[in-house]
Amino acid sequence: MPMRYVDEYRDREKAQALAAKIATLCEPGRRYGLMEICGGHTHTIYKHGIEDYLPEAVQLVHGPGCPVCVIPMGRVDDAIWIAEQEGVILTSFGDLLRVPGGRGSFLDAKARGSDIRMVYSPLDSLRIARENPDRRVVFMAIGFETTTPSTAMTVLRAAAEGLDNFSVFCNHVTIIPALQAILASPDIHIDGFIGPGHVSTVIGCEPYRFIAEERGRPFVVAGFEPLDILQSIQMLLLQLHEGRSEVENQYTRVVPWEGNQRALQAIDEVMEPRPTFEWRGLGWIPDSAMQVREKYARFDAERIFTLPANRVADPPACQCGEVLRGTIKPWECRVFGTACTPETPIGTCMVSSEGACAAYYNFGRFTRLRVRQASSA
Amino acid sequence: MCLGIPGEVVSLDAERPGMATVNVGGARRQVNVMLIEDEGVGPGDWVLIHVGFALAKIDEEEARLTLSYLEEMGQTYRDELRALAESRID
Repeated sequence: MPMRYVDEYRDREKAQALAAKIATLCEPGRRYGLMEICGGHTHTIYKHGIEDYLPEAVQLVHGPGCPVCVIPMGRVDDAIWIAEQEGVILTSFGDLLRVPGGRGSFLDAKARGSDIRMVYSPLDSLRIARENPDRRVVFMAIGFETTTPSTAMTVLRAAAEGLDNFSVFCNHVTIIPALQAILASPDIHIDGFIGPGHVSTVIGCEPYRFIAEERGRPFVVAGFEPLDILQSIQMLLLQLHEGRSEVENQYTRVVPWEGNQRALQAIDEVMEPRPTFEWRGLGWIPDSAMQVREKYARFDAERIFTLPANRVADPPACQCGEVLRGTIKPWECRVFGTACTPETPIGTCMVSSEGACAAYYNFGRFTRLRVRQASSA
Repeated sequence: MCLGIPGEVVSLDAERPGMATVNVGGARRQVNVMLIEDEGVGPGDWVLIHVGFALAKIDEEEARLTLSYLEEMGQTYRDELRALAESRID
């Protein structure tokens, strides 16, 4: 019988039963590196101390699925440059306001006098454009495939209304090329993937097939409850144990195998893959982001403005890149919790609440402390 | 931005196709439902909302599950709800 109510997803006995199954599936002497891609999953893992339930042999590796965390500093600087142009109102999701660029954050730019406004939806930006016909309203579009359809739909709406003082600065990224880049890194050991929930609502499960079939890594799309994660880990280990490598969907409650076709059509109508895009920590990855198609050029801030497009190296002390590639854990970073905290973030992983560093700072360290105290007692 | 927030459709907007009034955490909000129209959407349906757009239909239990997950996120969820409360989309 499928699990349903909240309590059932938090049931300690069920968690322990799953943990026991996971332990029996581990082959002696073998180590398992499982990457959770989505920042929402990282959050659940630290919040509920999922790692405490797992045998030593199973290591969770935090992936690059936090869109705020992977945006390079140069793009933040470009957005601030746009905000500084005559008559511009820059709109942005609140998540981005504190992300540091080479010349400070959006909040710093706001303090210097730029008109930067927080919005909940790109449609709010459209309203601002309607209400301010003598201003140029630029929406700072970021996110994976969960937010890309909203930007595409908003551009379509602007086109239908002929709202020519609206444009988007498109920074949408796509998850599959990032996973390919991670699998191509020789220093990263991944045996399987805990797949993203919300992104898969849009793209479905089919696009992950190459990871399972060509790269031989089992892939399980997972929900966000603690037991969802444990069950997904069990499904991955079962595949590894049986020598299978398939795409499975643990989150059928929300994710249809075929995704959301209307959302995909909207994206395809308005956007196309960029030849290459820079990711914080992962570098330049081919076809890993979207740009506005020529057909909608008048809504594309990158065509309207000639951006400085300066590349900015991350601060030398910051190890977000290694955290995002899963080669170090948050607490292994030199500045974690000292120079870099959620109040004064140096790196992006500490800014977003779904960033691995912020999630660990807020919850995980207590778990580890508890484990350490228990083992030294 | 990454949070999918559940809401219950109250009514479809007769004057603005593709828009619906949705009850989100006790407050009525305008949400774009065009992306789930293929599945059929109407009053009483629960939907998962991302940045003003309903991306998936869910059932009531899943909505409750997602809400409890969000409430546990604390400040992040409160910030998102505040942003949603200030949002005026049409």
